[in-house]
Amino acid sequence: MSTETGRPLLVVEGLGIVFGGLRAVHDVGFALKPGEIVSIIGPNGAGKTTLFNMISGLYMPASGSVRLDGEVVTGMASHLLARRGLSRTFQNLQIFPAMSVLENVMSGFHLKEKGSLFADLLNWPTARSRTRAIEAAARALLARVGLERAAEREAGALSYGSLKRLEIARALALSPKVLLLDEPAAGCNATETEEIDRLIEEIAHEGTAILLVEHDMKMVMRISNHIVVLDHGEKIAEGDPATVSRDPRVIEAYLGVQQEGSHAGG
Amino acid sequence: MRLSHKYSALLVLLAVVAVAPLFFPSSYYYRVASLVCVNGLAVIGIVILTGYAGQISLGHAGFAGIGAYACALAPVHLGLHPGAALVLGALVSAGLAFLVGRPILRLKGYYLGVASLGFGILVSMVLTNESAITGGPDGMQVADLGLRGWLAGIGLRLTTGQFWYFVNALAMLIGAWLALNLNERATGRALRALHGSETAAATVGIDVARAKLSAFVISAVYASVAGSLLALQNRLVTPDIAGYMHSIEMVTMAVLGGVGSVLGAIFGAAVLTLLPQVLTAFDQYEQIALGLIMMLVMIYLRQGIVPGLLALIRGRGT
Amino acid sequence: MMSDFLQFAVSGVTVGAVYALIALGFTLIYNASDVVNFAQGEFVMLGGMGTVFALQAGLPLPLAALIAVMGTAMIGIAFNKLAIERARNAPIVSLIIITIGASIFLQGVVQVVFGKGIHRLPAFSGDEPLRLLGATITPQSLWVIGGALVVFAALYLFFTRTITGLAVLATANNRFAARLAGIDTDFMMTLSFGVSAAIGALAGVLISPITLTSYQVGVPLALKGFAAAMLGGMGNPKGALVGGVLLGVLEAMTAGYLSSHYKDAVAFIVILVLLSVKPQGLFGLRTVNRV
Repeated sequence: MSTETGRPLLVVEGLGIVFGGLRAVHDVGFALKPGEIVSIIGPNGAGKTTLFNMISGLYMPASGSVRLDGEVVTGMASHLLARRGLSRTFQNLQIFPAMSVLENVMSGFHLKEKGSLFADLLNWPTARSRTRAIEAAARALLARVGLERAAEREAGALSYGSLKRLEIARALALSPKVLLLDEPAAGCNATETEEIDRLIEEIAHEGTAILLVEHDMKMVMRISNHIVVLDHGEKIAEGDPATVSRDPRVIEAYLGVQQEGSHAGG
Repeated sequence: MRLSHKYSALLVLLAVVAVAPLFFPSSYYYRVASLVCVNGLAVIGIVILTGYAGQISLGHAGFAGIGAYACALAPVHLGLHPGAALVLGALVSAGLAFLVGRPILRLKGYYLGVASLGFGILVSMVLTNESAITGGPDGMQVADLGLRGWLAGIGLRLTTGQFWYFVNALAMLIGAWLALNLNERATGRALRALHGSETAAATVGIDVARAKLSAFVISAVYASVAGSLLALQNRLVTPDIAGYMHSIEMVTMAVLGGVGSVLGAIFGAAVLTLLPQVLTAFDQYEQIALGLIMMLVMIYLRQGIVPGLLALIRGRGT
Repeated sequence: MMSDFLQFAVSGVTVGAVYALIALGFTLIYNASDVVNFAQGEFVMLGGMGTVFALQAGLPLPLAALIAVMGTAMIGIAFNKLAIERARNAPIVSLIIITIGASIFLQGVVQVVFGKGIHRLPAFSGDEPLRLLGATITPQSLWVIGGALVVFAALYLFFTRTITGLAVLATANNRFAARLAGIDTDFMMTLSFGVSAAIGALAGVLISPITLTSYQVGVPLALKGFAAAMLGGMGNPKGALVGGVLLGVLEAMTAGYLSSHYKDAVAFIVILVLLSVKPQGLFGLRTVNRV
């Protein structure tokens, strides 16, 4: 691990954004340390994905700041954030449907593979060997998410659950310091969910800081080190899973009448 | 596997180029085949821009015009060798594509279409109106490349038709090789990635604006070199080479044949170049036939003729 | 000085009215189907040429014009049914090729049926120019401007006062939601192609006494109309009107004060500058990219 343990990798402070007069997210802050899994939970429309979009450079926040490994990166373009070690997946899958599964993951290695344009055009040996190296790495990642046998298939033809894993593999290709996962288990069956669950813990164990949005409460409660609860765009509670699940405001706003540990997705 | 795909595509091209002359009964056939090759070169650029990167240009003939007029003007005004003029034209086209591409590539779909169309029309208008320099609508003469004479000097005697067939075929083959190289490396994959999803492309670190711009510049260079070769071959240029219809022709060739693949696009170039020759007997029905073909292919073989037919043969399995 | 300016303005507004009608045709079809119809100029050509040949067949002008407009509307509907509907969800570049294919096809047919000649329609109410503050204006210009105003007014009433008009707007706004609400969106597309072809043909009838007509007049008009529609913001009828008139006046002023050679460049210079600054056109809406 390059970063010393204990020092936060991602620090979000007072983040807010307004859509057409509506405060979609207001004054939200938290911090992620290496190897930590922090989950954002809250009812639909609480602003979780909007928060992700601000952190990953898709939306310009109206207020607040994001620091990545000590550097202020508020509103920085996505591709620059990727260069600094921030990677993400999407709630509504953003894959490259016309490319093969393997090429989808290979594109995640873009920054490692990219040389000069002329080396690519002229098929220089340096360019060739870089591609060979990342192809091997991409196959290893596919094996890790259990998609090695689908490598040559067109990505658009994969099932929803497989695409979710493909997106994670592509995000991992960046060797991110911080990984944002937006509902990685949505639409997956019990076995697939368990696999993703295990995968996330593994990634965290290797030192990546993970920010997770997930509706599967069982999963969230089991793997999170820290939970931030959003409602109507504001942070209403935070703490470890045990604390959060006992918090009356959380039970009222989000868990409602449902029992702890039940599936609250929708 | 992509690797074998690349070399099989190149082999097919090479074989066709090498074998075709055996069936040329007259120099007229060399002339038509050389036009197929030069158009093939131009549409490979469209494959990179539209097929790989998904960006539309309705103004690429503007770059062909710059390449063509560079070969006409630079030898006269700068004393350059016509071959050097081709390189100069390519550099000017690249520079202009860089300047124009930056603002307009932020646009998407039809908006990019109209902006690029505007660029092409402006180039052709300048070429038409600045008659003191360009000779106006009548165009101007182009100096001899001199290479054919030099080849004759070392004992390789070719007719004009033969010479230009081999020059243009070589240019097309090199162009195809470069484009196919690009396709299997980071740069080409980045273009296809942003075609699929710009958002996702950005999150894996692809500088989307820069990648689009590089595709635009590369395709401009293809168009420019094709324009130069055409001018050098014809020994004459007119502003038509930069005109709207020529831009449309380039896109139509590529899309009709199959804009996603280099072979498909070249096939499209061959079809649309040969069509008027085949239809000369039915001169007045040529436009009707062309229009019908354009509509029917796009409705029934949406991926283009080559990929569409391949899919039909494979039975649309996947 | 002032009379010069007025003269340029008058001719600019006349041409601009035609651009506005063509832009309106683009916009109606775009709203209904997300297709930019590059064959829009051929509707203008068909209107003019159809009237010329109906006149030659001995019909009176109003009837000849009516037949040409109705015939063109039928062609527009046929084009939608036979080509556009079958190419649903095709990528933009394929749709561009299809509509350009239609444009080339229609030119080919007209060239075979009517020949390559250049034709002229007589002015509707004589050629005696009227004087207006030192500028002259031909009665035909008034016909063009008046015709455009009538079309825009009628369309405004149609969109605001009729159920069908509201359904067209709803379809343009959100096709999926419109279908859920029970609107026959296929019919809306057919209607839009028919109306748009008729408007194009009417523009052709009105302008042919001034500009002459032949099988080739469509493409340049389509490009200008396209530019005008983009200038105003694609999909907005108000934008079509403003974009068209603005473009016509800018062209006339350029021809009058700067260079008649570069008159036709104005449309595209303005488009390039505008889109670089404001990618949605004057009245277009910025769309948020949702992920």
